[in-house]
Amino acid sequence: MRQSFRFSGTGGQGLITAGIILAEAALLDDKLAVQSQSYGPEARGGSSKAEAIISDEPIYFSRVICPNTLLVMSQEAANKYTADCDENTTVITDTLFVSEVPGTYGKRVDLPITHTANTVCGKTLFANIVALGAVVALTKCVSKEAITKAVLNRVPKGTEEANTKALEAGMALVEGK
Amino acid sequence: MSVMEDLIAKYFRPGRLPHIWCPGCGNGVITGAIVKAIDKQGLAKDDVAVISGIGCSSRASGYLDFNTANTLHGRALPIATGVKMGNPKLNVIVCSGDGDCTAIGGNHLIHAARRNIDLTLVVYNNSIYGMTGGQYSPMTPKGSKATTAPYSTIEPSFNLLALAQAAGATYVARATTYHVPQMVDVIAKGIAHKGFSIIEVVSACPISFGRQNKMGGPAQMMAWQRDHGVLKAVWDRMDEAKKAEAIAAGKFPIGVLYENNDVQEYTAAYDELIKRAQEGK
Amino acid sequence: MSRILLLQGNQAVVEGAIAAGVKFYGGYPITPSTEIAEQLALRLPQVGGKFMQTEDEIAGLGTVIGASMAGQKAMTATSGPGFSLKQEMLGLACVAEIPCVIVNVQRVGPATGQPTSPAQGEVMQARWGTHGDHWLITISPSSVPECFELTLRAVALAEKYRCPVILLMDEVIGHMREKIELPDNYDEIPQAERKQPACAPEDYLAYGCEEGSKVPAMAAFGSGYRWHVTGLIHDETGFPKGTGAATKSAQNRLRSKIEDNVEDIVQVENYKMEDAEFAVVAFGGAARTAYEAVDMARAEGLKVGFVRPITIWPFAEKQMQELAGKVKGILVHELNCGQYVLEVERAVAGKIPVSLYAKYDNESATPAQLLAEIKKAMA
Repeated sequence: MRQSFRFSGTGGQGLITAGIILAEAALLDDKLAVQSQSYGPEARGGSSKAEAIISDEPIYFSRVICPNTLLVMSQEAANKYTADCDENTTVITDTLFVSEVPGTYGKRVDLPITHTANTVCGKTLFANIVALGAVVALTKCVSKEAITKAVLNRVPKGTEEANTKALEAGMALVEGK
Repeated sequence: MSVMEDLIAKYFRPGRLPHIWCPGCGNGVITGAIVKAIDKQGLAKDDVAVISGIGCSSRASGYLDFNTANTLHGRALPIATGVKMGNPKLNVIVCSGDGDCTAIGGNHLIHAARRNIDLTLVVYNNSIYGMTGGQYSPMTPKGSKATTAPYSTIEPSFNLLALAQAAGATYVARATTYHVPQMVDVIAKGIAHKGFSIIEVVSACPISFGRQNKMGGPAQMMAWQRDHGVLKAVWDRMDEAKKAEAIAAGKFPIGVLYENNDVQEYTAAYDELIKRAQEGK
Repeated sequence: MSRILLLQGNQAVVEGAIAAGVKFYGGYPITPSTEIAEQLALRLPQVGGKFMQTEDEIAGLGTVIGASMAGQKAMTATSGPGFSLKQEMLGLACVAEIPCVIVNVQRVGPATGQPTSPAQGEVMQARWGTHGDHWLITISPSSVPECFELTLRAVALAEKYRCPVILLMDEVIGHMREKIELPDNYDEIPQAERKQPACAPEDYLAYGCEEGSKVPAMAAFGSGYRWHVTGLIHDETGFPKGTGAATKSAQNRLRSKIEDNVEDIVQVENYKMEDAEFAVVAFGGAARTAYEAVDMARAEGLKVGFVRPITIWPFAEKQMQELAGKVKGILVHELNCGQYVLEVERAVAGKIPVSLYAKYDNESATPAQLLAEIKKAMA
């Protein structure tokens, strides 16, 4: 089983961290993972993307050609990163930022990601972890134990509780539907 | 030990002399003074590294019986920095000409000074590129003739020691090849100094600089040094008007012009950094 | 005991360097190699080593050469523009035979080019970048675990053959993260030892070789063996010698110390080559596309295999000649306008068709793109 992910939005939303955490969670589940991201000025303010591929088999080509799951957390990202999607792609949008999703794709799931981060954790900066929770609940690409452990391994000391809450809130956004 | 023959027997490599320098060149005088300064400091030959760049003066390293390297044009300081970082117990002396040090190696000079790494840089300043036959360097006095300045140079020269001091050198001295005992003294003090030391030695290149600028032969050029190098104690006693007059006449102070022992040396600071890293701080 | 980590290629180079016993790094930050500098600034002092951010790229390799002369295992890392600047010092390391490792994480060039996009435009520069005839070793990893292993190997080869070793990476491999299993403790990793003089200091000939060896023993500055390093052509004493015979003899030894040892130096991986009738040749980041394209070709019943040179220089002459006798055609895929292919063509010498899939538009080729090129070349 092979699944590919593209997380896109604006620099500073923590999407690269989210991509790394997802790939690390896959390793905790004894799977293989490859992660890559956009570099340079665009990672610092413009549109930003992180990609990950998770598989039980060796992964050679490291970039995502057509994502199974596309997370868009800005309208600009929605416009830019849907070009290579197809009917198998599920697009997850953050309702606070995204209204339209152009191009071809399969399913569209609109979730109040940043809004949830703000109401549950008190800060929008937890939006990336809320999004991760939603992605995992939707795709079941890694186990809940693995993603929880991977989040806790990465986040700064003292923020463990808030991040766990954010992850669970993200899962609830999907599971509650 | 003070007789030059004995010093040559002890510190020069057997079979490497005679040197390639022209009659009347100051390079031999400076290299001899370096050896006298090492002897004065009582350093073991195994504990000394002499690193040079490229040019007439940079050939000095090959004649000397230490750990030596005749590297690339302008690059003596980075390689000397690596040697010192690799083995901080070594006393690292750098021989560099004015072109090597202040033109192609100028960036390395200011950064070695800024770090205050414990190197002793002796600049053989003969005001010209000698090996390639007399092109002007950043130390060639404005208005001088050179093969690349047939109409005389229009570029001002560096105030090298002010540059080095501003960049962070903590020992700054000047000597001439006429004032030999004073040169030995300031090089020895530079070796003893823990930090970046620069000693500018005003030297003569009768063939490639003297001839083009009608400065007479080697003896006349030595006499010029005698008449223009003013001991620092004397220089300091001059009032501002007198100093301005002396500078206008091409005179310059010689001796230890600046010394600061309160700045931490780079390899010592690095040892502290390693300690902090290993303690997890 | 070991640990499983998700690391970038650049981070794996850092761990490889620490495991290899590298104790000095001098360099200048440049994308896409900067993570190597950043991580070594953190890691080296922890193991008693030293990291220096130098004033420029030239000084970076200069300090590395100096530290190596003082007996330390030393390395630097850079990318295209910095690799150009390092060529001067690289020549000194070749002729003075100073062991050192230079990592070049390639990006799109020339000049500033495309700083964050992958390319493999320095294949020929790695071989011929510095002026004058010279010999060195270049190796190229294709995965994160291989970044670790080949950094260890680069250090070992540099020490064994007393020459610069270039770890030729690209942005794909430098920046991608993947699984790597690292030992918890590097103490048991064999450390490369530089050959030391067996004679007394007064008998030491800095560039004299023992019978049967082309690599002289190298004493560290400060060890009691005083010797002279020079960028001038020199004889076995290490001192300059201006004769034509001296130049020829020096060059002959520098060449043969590498060329006589290609069996030891050159590594090539064969993937699905047992029954292959057609071969793809690619290395570094481009190899990632090739594995997958070959799998796709096989799934369609095409007898395609993949040959991956791990050692880029010296060139895998024998392997490519043997390949020409085995398959009906070769497609070289590289992220440049065609560099390595020139050497493949030379070795194959017209025996079979050699074609090129050159990709030079900031992106890796996708496996489907390469498969289409394979089919075109086979037709």
